[in-house]
Amino acid sequence: MNMNKHLIYGLILSILMVIAPHAEHLPLWVSSLCSTLLLWRAYLTYSGKPLPNRWLLMLVTFASVGAILLSFKTLFGREVGVTLVVLLAALKLMELRKSRDAMALIYLACFIIITNFFYSQSIPTALYMFTTLTVILSSWIQLQAQHIELKPRLRIAATLLLQAIPLMTILFVLFPRIQGPLWGLPQDAYANSGLDDKMSPGSFSRLSLSEDVAFRVTYKNKPPRRDQMYWRGPVLWQFDGRTWTGNKNPLNIAPQFSKLDQPIDYSVTLEPHNKTWLFALDVPNKISLPATLTNDFQLLNKEPVNARLRYEASSNLSYHANLNEAESQLNRALQLPLGLNPRAVELATTWRASSANDAEVVRTALSYFNQEAFQYTLEPPLLGANSVDEFLFTSKQGFCEHYASTFVFLMRAAHIPARVVTGYQGGEFNDVGNYYILRQSDAHAWAEVWLAGQGWVRVDPTAAIAPERVQRGLSAALPNNATLPFMARNPPQWMRDLRLNFDAIANQWNQWVIGYNSERQFAFLTRLGMEDVTWQQITINMVAGLGISIGLLTLYLLRPLFVRQPDKVQAAWLKLCHKLAKAGLPRSAHEGALDYANRVAIVRPEFGHNIRDLAKRYSALRYGKIQSDSAKNEFLQRAAAFKI
Amino acid sequence: MFATPRQKFRAWLFRPKVESGTITLTQRRIFIIPTKQGFGFALVLMLMLLGDINYNLSLGYVLTFLLAMMAVLSMLYAFRNLAHLEIRAGRADAVFSGDTAKFVLHFHNPSKLSRYQLCLVQSGASFWSSPLPSISFDAPLQHDSEIIFPLFATHRGWLQTGRLKLYTEFPLGLFHAWSYIHFDSRCLVYPKPLSDAPLPFGNAPDGTGKLSVAGDDDFAGLRKYAAGDALPRIAWKAFAGGRGLQVKQFSTPVGEELWLDFSYAFDDTTEEKLARMTRWVLDAEAQGFRYGLRLPDSELPSGQGVAQRDECLLRIALFNFPDSSFDKLRTNGSKNRGSQKTVRGELVEP
Repeated sequence: MNMNKHLIYGLILSILMVIAPHAEHLPLWVSSLCSTLLLWRAYLTYSGKPLPNRWLLMLVTFASVGAILLSFKTLFGREVGVTLVVLLAALKLMELRKSRDAMALIYLACFIIITNFFYSQSIPTALYMFTTLTVILSSWIQLQAQHIELKPRLRIAATLLLQAIPLMTILFVLFPRIQGPLWGLPQDAYANSGLDDKMSPGSFSRLSLSEDVAFRVTYKNKPPRRDQMYWRGPVLWQFDGRTWTGNKNPLNIAPQFSKLDQPIDYSVTLEPHNKTWLFALDVPNKISLPATLTNDFQLLNKEPVNARLRYEASSNLSYHANLNEAESQLNRALQLPLGLNPRAVELATTWRASSANDAEVVRTALSYFNQEAFQYTLEPPLLGANSVDEFLFTSKQGFCEHYASTFVFLMRAAHIPARVVTGYQGGEFNDVGNYYILRQSDAHAWAEVWLAGQGWVRVDPTAAIAPERVQRGLSAALPNNATLPFMARNPPQWMRDLRLNFDAIANQWNQWVIGYNSERQFAFLTRLGMEDVTWQQITINMVAGLGISIGLLTLYLLRPLFVRQPDKVQAAWLKLCHKLAKAGLPRSAHEGALDYANRVAIVRPEFGHNIRDLAKRYSALRYGKIQSDSAKNEFLQRAAAFKI
Repeated sequence: MFATPRQKFRAWLFRPKVESGTITLTQRRIFIIPTKQGFGFALVLMLMLLGDINYNLSLGYVLTFLLAMMAVLSMLYAFRNLAHLEIRAGRADAVFSGDTAKFVLHFHNPSKLSRYQLCLVQSGASFWSSPLPSISFDAPLQHDSEIIFPLFATHRGWLQTGRLKLYTEFPLGLFHAWSYIHFDSRCLVYPKPLSDAPLPFGNAPDGTGKLSVAGDDDFAGLRKYAAGDALPRIAWKAFAGGRGLQVKQFSTPVGEELWLDFSYAFDDTTEEKLARMTRWVLDAEAQGFRYGLRLPDSELPSGQGVAQRDECLLRIALFNFPDSSFDKLRTNGSKNRGSQKTVRGELVEP
């Protein structure tokens, strides 16, 4: 079967459209190789030159697989799989000879669309999917019938797609959802984004450039004050002079709280971050998930959060936590790397000597930060081995991680147990959907110190230098020339509104489409009035629903077969006969048009000429070989004008 | 012969039936099965669904279900592409053996839907591949399409299309919808004339048919060219004058008639003799003789003109067939067809 050029261009376009979204995460050489192959194929089609020979293609294929092995160091895993499939599609285009190859290419294109959902499942992605699918379908139809013009082809493709949407919706809602995974997934199966379980200078300033949503919060009642919105994440204990890491030997004792007050209820929709921690305000006392609360008040999920997760929780903003902290934990909260940052240690020692108690040391430190010329900036200078000393006495420029790290170091040097807490602070209120959005740019680090009689108390040194950060957000705290993402600044009001509207829609989309899992399905079907929500029952409903819908659609689709447009010419002639019949000249059943006209002409000579002419035209149109629209229209006009 | 129930069912379901007049493709005449690509696509969808479940890809579910439902709908589309078509067999002009017979079929599409990519193939090709040549065409909405089904004529006699399969895989190639049509139309195939065979002058025992061919002077006029006329007889001047292909006619004196007798042909086999006789008929007609035909079982009095020529050719073409009456032939054919494959399409052998 010889392939039509338009079909090949259509297939090239289909492949281009399915692999284009992958360009941003594929290695550069893969993207360039694919575009070269696509361009080359388009050129060969345009010029009519033969396809490259098989040996050359084999060589390119093996070379690319080798290169993938070199750049990824493995041939397994999601990233490698996607890269291989994309390359395969581009190479398959080069040996597109038979209709079978085209069919394989179309299947491959459909498959590549799905791999794109690893990276994004947003509304634009969904719209893009529909566009791509229309293009693929149009090529697919052309493969079956090469001569169909573009317009009818697109119409058939779009109709097919639109008609499949209601059926797809039934399947989507009623197909029994199984909570995956079915088999162990490779490590890179999910994207990592957001907080890490370690902190070094620069890690937060990097995060603050990202506009990605970390989670969304709806408060049940009145939201807390902005400076109380501290969402606790990983707690860091160990310091090696540069990087803070988590507790290597956590204590398996439940934390103890007393004097709990200021309860607050909220629900959180957490974006997947591939780590186990969940975020809660201060100290949580209830959560709708089987999560554990560690001794240092971290809320941990049973498994990594690799799908969007929704949970209800309640917290207390006022509390005394771990008043009787274990000795081992307190000791751990005092450890410092030996021999580093001597000047900072010296400064802390002087504070210790001049203060009556621990609380006073904390106050002294905060006022030191406040009064010395410290700057809050996204672009602090790089620091050497004695990073704390350099920061305190030389550069005096830093982001929240510098302040939290330095503060905890100083506290430990002054013999006050302290640790670094990371998480998110504040958030943006969406008045369209009545919820708060916390983005990666809201990531924050602060400190906790253990004071006798009060337990662990939160201290945010950043608030001492840039109180606006805590009260109004990052953009208020930074100088105007800082490189923040555009939207993290204060954009015009209409733009803000637009963005909040989009985010509200995206939130619904996330909750109902992307987050539609077995739990949601159960809740939704129960709300619809289904009583016995078991997978058997769901399957029965699904099959019944599909059956009915396909039946209705069949009726709709086959209807045009039975609707016959009456022949206009014949209708006009019959009307004419009817007129004559009323005038007393009915046509006999055996009479042909011309015979009838002749008989009429004899009886009523006054319109004999006219009726003969009409009969002649009618016979020519009905039984003649040559049909023209103009002749048809003329007959219709004359027949309508005929009067007795 | 022992047949399994399955074979019996198939034989019943696809039972052959020769029809005349107009066939309307009702739903009972249309069959559908998935194609090889259809099964392949099902496999791809299963893989996609596994991926969706494993990675919790909601949008993946959307895509998978969308594609699956489009595949289901494409089955309806394929059915709809054939349903309610009205098919009528048209003429099939006689041809010489070795030429291609052209069976005309009229496809009337009264509905408001265009039908795309209909394929017509001789039944007997398997589902999976069609090694027999097929023709494909569209049937636009509310339109009468005239389709020519070509069939290579290999033997003299009646040529029939046999059972034809009309199928479509439109729009996605995932489903194969088909229907059988078997018309009683037939095409007469004359033997292939020998390229060169002198007319049998003077062979007649009674001396009739002896003739001097000095007729070139007795030009009697022109007539329209008909297939088989000798090239030297064509009036090229007239053709150059834009009057179309004309053949010079020469008057022959009354009583000078030529007998084309089976026994004058000196070839070994009957078929070769008939081929020679075919050439004689064509030449005799072209050269303007009055001629008669004598076969072992029949005799045609001498005459002249296209009607005479065609009657001669018909008798030669059907010579030695037990019964050339078509009604008889048809009943024989359908009786045979149930048990053996003799008359699958081409030619009813003696």
